[in-house]
Amino acid sequence: MAEPILSLAKVHTYIEQHHILQGVDLSFMPGRATVLLGRNGAGKSTTLRTVMGLTPASSGEITLKGRAVQAMKPYEVAKLGVGFVPEDQAVLYTLSVEENFRLAMLSESETTWARMETIFQLFPDMKKFWRSKAGVLSGGQKQMLAIARAFVNDHDLLLIDEPSKGLAPIVVDHLIESINHIKNHTTVILVEQNFYMASHIGVDYFILDDGRTVHQGLMADLVHDDGLKQKYLGIA
Amino acid sequence: MTTQTATAGLQEQGGTDFKKVGVWIASVGIWFLPLLWIDPTTYAVLTVAGLAMGMLIFLTASGLTLIFGLMDVLNLAHGAFFVWGAYVGFSLLNALQQVGWVEGAGAAQSIGSVLLCLLAALVVGGLMGIVLEKMLVRLTYGSHLKQILITMGASLILVEILKVVWSPNDEVVMVPAAFQGSWDIMDVIITKFRVVAIVVGLVVLGGIQLVMMRTKLGIIVRAGVENKEVVETLGYNIRRVFTGVFCAGAALAAVGGTMWSIFKEQIHPAMGEENLIFALIVVIIGGMGSVTGSFLGAIMVGLAFNYVAYTLPPLALGANIMIMAVILLIRPTGLMGKE
Ligand SMILES: Nc1ncnc2c1ncn2[C@@H]1O[C@H](COP(=O)(O)OP(=O)(O)OP(=O)(O)O)[C@@H](O)[C@H]1O
Ligand SMILES: [Mg+2]
Repeated sequence: MAEPILSLAKVHTYIEQHHILQGVDLSFMPGRATVLLGRNGAGKSTTLRTVMGLTPASSGEITLKGRAVQAMKPYEVAKLGVGFVPEDQAVLYTLSVEENFRLAMLSESETTWARMETIFQLFPDMKKFWRSKAGVLSGGQKQMLAIARAFVNDHDLLLIDEPSKGLAPIVVDHLIESINHIKNHTTVILVEQNFYMASHIGVDYFILDDGRTVHQGLMADLVHDDGLKQKYLGIA
Repeated sequence: MTTQTATAGLQEQGGTDFKKVGVWIASVGIWFLPLLWIDPTTYAVLTVAGLAMGMLIFLTASGLTLIFGLMDVLNLAHGAFFVWGAYVGFSLLNALQQVGWVEGAGAAQSIGSVLLCLLAALVVGGLMGIVLEKMLVRLTYGSHLKQILITMGASLILVEILKVVWSPNDEVVMVPAAFQGSWDIMDVIITKFRVVAIVVGLVVLGGIQLVMMRTKLGIIVRAGVENKEVVETLGYNIRRVFTGVFCAGAALAAVGGTMWSIFKEQIHPAMGEENLIFALIVVIIGGMGSVTGSFLGAIMVGLAFNYVAYTLPPLALGANIMIMAVILLIRPTGLMGKE
């Protein structure tokens, strides 16, 4: 089998004095969208933030495309081809939608602008509000901007944290479609509470609980495993 | 014109149209108030002087506000860049005097001399900024107390070095011939270098706005003021941006110092600290992090200082602190500060 594009081995992370990640083991195969599941406070967001170097790992190994990245700064990880959509609609309110996109573009080449055309098709609102300040967008539109912004670069890996949060079901469907569209070029790692969305995107899954990896497998199997869903996700 | 923009800033916070119009009239009108007791000719002279002073304060304040807005650093060494810029300009003018580019110089030579001084100040200030940021300021991120102590210490040392290199006494600065004296426009005496100061201030404001609004670097800096983490995860080394902004801010302060020295025609080692007080007032009035706010604040402080200094000299600085207090009461984040 191929090498994983990203793997975490025995990763521990502290936030201040709190021991948040207590041995996370994960590995992600190129081209296979993977969902991280787990109840609130399980450590899903912290895992993504640790990969990005925002909350650096205190021990363990993080390997990205064969390279040890656990000691790298967030901008270095980003430059290795990792896109990150954080949990909290991290768009820049005082910048226009256009400037939000330009900020995200690592190079403003023709191919990048060509990709913008696809993005406008997927998210027509981005074109409509192109010159508006991102601060005036609705919550859902901000979320779309945060995700669409991550599409402008030809990332190898995209980490997306709970994109469905606060979105209407129809928008969620739209989002699933968009993410499935880029799945063809980019390996997607998705943190998602919305099981409907998770199951429509993920091929593989991992379950985290109390800062540890507790389960993994194929999404297709988990869909039918009510016991597991009940135990770790609180859904039947 | 400047007061109109000031009210535009106030309008952004909402309120009824009626209230907006009231604020607008009040903030424009207040600058004509001195006409009640100052005759129009003197008023015009004071206004030009105030605008020129405001522009020069803005040079120092613009860097200070950006450094605070982006890096959350209270840089009390900013006055040291200013005074070093002043002394570098002073020495260069003395050197240029030897080749006849100062006293008795023609228009082109005079302009050349001033430009050379500004360039020298820019380079010296910028280098000092880079060194200070990389050596000291970097250690203080996140702690305002450390920043205050360390930048104040650095400032004291830099001024002591300056006294050794030059002298602890007042020095007279030579003004290039073409900028000496004044024009008389219908009995309004306009000192030539004040006009130069206003022009330089406007050029710098235009330059900063151009970079901030029209370039990728400007987008990165504005984004960094709002959310550093996002900027980092998008692939930018925010530390490098910090160093760059600190360097640019220091360079601008040094340019401000050179301009000030020619403006006042004399220099002394404590002028950095004096100017820093004005710049801090301006940054607070304008709103920490806002360049436009600083510009408006600087104009207000320049004008108010001159009107009050003419009427009741001992109150000149106090009046500015009053303005600051009143503005903070109305709008705690300053004219254009973030909520
Ligand atoms: N800055 C912080 N300071 C202290 N504790 C924190 C901090 N950030 C996160 N934690 C704790 O770390 C644990 C994991 O948080 P994390 O955000 O990774 O959970 P999550 O799985 O993403 O949860 P959710 O589904 O609610 O988003 C939680 O118990 C949380 O309280
Ligand atoms: Mg989370």
